[in-house]
Amino acid sequence: MHSAIEGIGLGPYLSIGAILLVLGVFGIFVNRKNVIIILMSIELILLSANINFVAFSAATGDLSGQVMTLFVLTIAAAESAIGLAIVTVYFRNRGSIEVDDITMMKG
Amino acid sequence: MMTQLVFYVFAAVLVLSATMVVCARNPVHSVLFLILAFFNAAGLFLIAGAEFLAMTLVIVYVGAVAVLFLFVVMMLDVNFTRMREGVQRYAPIGGVVGGVLLVELIMAFTHWRVASNIDQIGHIVPSSPARTNTAALGDVLYTHYIFLFQSCALVLLVAMIGAIVLTLRDRPTGRRQNIDRQHDRTAADSLEMLQVPLGVGVAAQGGFLRPHESYDVAAVPGTYGTQAWREREMEEETQTALVVITPATGTKGQDNA
Repeated sequence: MHSAIEGIGLGPYLSIGAILLVLGVFGIFVNRKNVIIILMSIELILLSANINFVAFSAATGDLSGQVMTLFVLTIAAAESAIGLAIVTVYFRNRGSIEVDDITMMKG
Repeated sequence: MMTQLVFYVFAAVLVLSATMVVCARNPVHSVLFLILAFFNAAGLFLIAGAEFLAMTLVIVYVGAVAVLFLFVVMMLDVNFTRMREGVQRYAPIGGVVGGVLLVELIMAFTHWRVASNIDQIGHIVPSSPARTNTAALGDVLYTHYIFLFQSCALVLLVAMIGAIVLTLRDRPTGRRQNIDRQHDRTAADSLEMLQVPLGVGVAAQGGFLRPHESYDVAAVPGTYGTQAWREREMEEETQTALVVITPATGTKGQDNA
């Protein structure tokens, strides 16, 4: 298989992606007191998806993966902007950014 | 060999800094480790031959998103010591979920095999060594993926407007632009020609010269130029100003009282 990652191979890239995904999920579960770190964990998960896209793109010699990565980057930027705006408004109203406090919809 | 060494250095720092993002006590440190993680991911992208994406990652993530995170973390006055209270309680759950996910991924990877005829499949966008990465990406982005590209622009526009609308605060003391008033203004409303005696200055004309009524009635009705506002301003002036110019009655300075 001709590829740009000849000396390294697909495996290490996918492993890095998997480790980042697991770290991101772990971060979401651990940081219940801080929504901002949860947003950062989501960024890590998206980064792991990007690494997988780029690795497959390089391994198969097809640029589609890199184009998809570009779109994922866009969506991630939009997501973090909206998420941080919501966090800011929430903090302004409630004075807290704990996940457990977000219960206004509970009734 | 050198490439492999560089790859593993980048990968190790990436994994370590990602761990620190999740585990750091101070959210500011988390953001800084996130920036480090993005730099190392950009290094991995470079090794994989995705130069344009590596630079985009640095510009978009480090230059915009991470700085936005840093800004919000520093803007919110959050009690950082209370932040870590639930970690002991939730670490087992997170560990179990992450472990299950990791085991699943390992199971998927160990039974992984590449189809033997992968070289024969037609690529949608084959990468050719003749063109640089950026040029090749541009070739396909503006042709095959033009619809997705423009949708991305729309998503960014909606995100921008949404973020502005969410965080916009209507301050009662804000001085807004009032376009109708601006258009209604004429030269006679805003300009007065006066004969100022030599060597006396504007104090003889009643202090600060104002055009008829156009100055006081300001942008947000009821917040600026009202009687209460003027009294408050006067009080502040008497408290803070070194020299108070009190306009004589009946002169131009009293026009709009």
